[in-house]
Amino acid sequence: MPMQAQLDRRAAVAALLKNRKDTLVVSGLGSPTYDLHSVGDHNGNFYLWGAMGGAALIGLGLAQAQPEKRVLALTGDGEQLMGLGGLATIGVARPRNLDIAVIDNQHFGETGMQASHTGRGVDLTAIATACGFVATGTVRTLEEVERLTRQIAEPADGPRLFVIKVLAENPPRSLPSRDAVFIKNRFRAHLGFAAA
Amino acid sequence: MHNPHPTSEAHAGGDWPSELYRILKAADVRQMSYVPDAGHSQLIRLFSADRDVTTNVLTTEEEGIAIAAGAWLGGQRSVLLMQSSGVGNCINMLSLSAIGRFPLLMLVTMRGEWAEFNPWQVPMSRATQPSLEAIGLKVMRAETPDDLVETVESAAALAYQSDQQVAVLIGQRLIGKKKW
Repeated sequence: MPMQAQLDRRAAVAALLKNRKDTLVVSGLGSPTYDLHSVGDHNGNFYLWGAMGGAALIGLGLAQAQPEKRVLALTGDGEQLMGLGGLATIGVARPRNLDIAVIDNQHFGETGMQASHTGRGVDLTAIATACGFVATGTVRTLEEVERLTRQIAEPADGPRLFVIKVLAENPPRSLPSRDAVFIKNRFRAHLGFAAA
Repeated sequence: MHNPHPTSEAHAGGDWPSELYRILKAADVRQMSYVPDAGHSQLIRLFSADRDVTTNVLTTEEEGIAIAAGAWLGGQRSVLLMQSSGVGNCINMLSLSAIGRFPLLMLVTMRGEWAEFNPWQVPMSRATQPSLEAIGLKVMRAETPDDLVETVESAAALAYQSDQQVAVLIGQRLIGKKKW
């Protein structure tokens, strides 16, 4: 297995969200937000531009409120590392409709590509397993991402976390709206809730 | 869903946690998250026994800010319980509630301000209200059980009906001395 990641993050996210159907997606700040937008803006997307460490937990609150919908928290290694305790909270809550996908370039890409913990031996899938996640995995190729996409389309008995190892590079930014009130109200309208 | 009777007539007395539970249920709260405090223990028990409310125990209080935002995105109201030391853990995550104008109701039991035995509680106690106000929250305080019940009812309306971010500080004098 090659340890040096070769996978292009945009190709990986595009494959992951192909045929997303009615999946609701929360993206972590920085590159995952740009990646999610690059695939195509969607009313069922909530993009974070801050609140570091919160993506998976926003996913938890959403998954608990919408148990019939699949929820995907799409985040980065740095963002998820800041929310490590949240993996314990999610493991205990045990939502059946929440998946976390960590786009892992092993670096803090937004701030100058400083190396993160995941390139120095910290394994988020092992942490998630220890927190009670029912399925975890690490993928490194587009074929593996496509297999993962089929896997997460299947029902689960609890939360799942997958690490997608990607090349450490910053593709051209694809910027969604930074107006959180607009994105929030659009998201809620998508689910049939009126604005206040 | 709203109780038409003013709760100031309820005379909550020693059973204010049951009154808070009744008010939060009447406000259609469907998710509750918490880092425990002795002062919240009865409210935590009441919610944990309620099958219509999803309860999350947190490792750190800021997680509850994110959960509350997610709950609202999905159409549910959430309440967050913590003690004053936990407010310090929340500050950056409160950017989410503030900039997204997400309804937020935090019930904060105060430590470090009234007959406190543990000096380590004092600095964050002092910083609680100023730091919440600095990040943009509305802070309300209650010192008696009856005042608390009325304040939480008002705070719930502000949060869930007017999209405000509200912290209710529950005075340590109200909760009583911790026995050492």
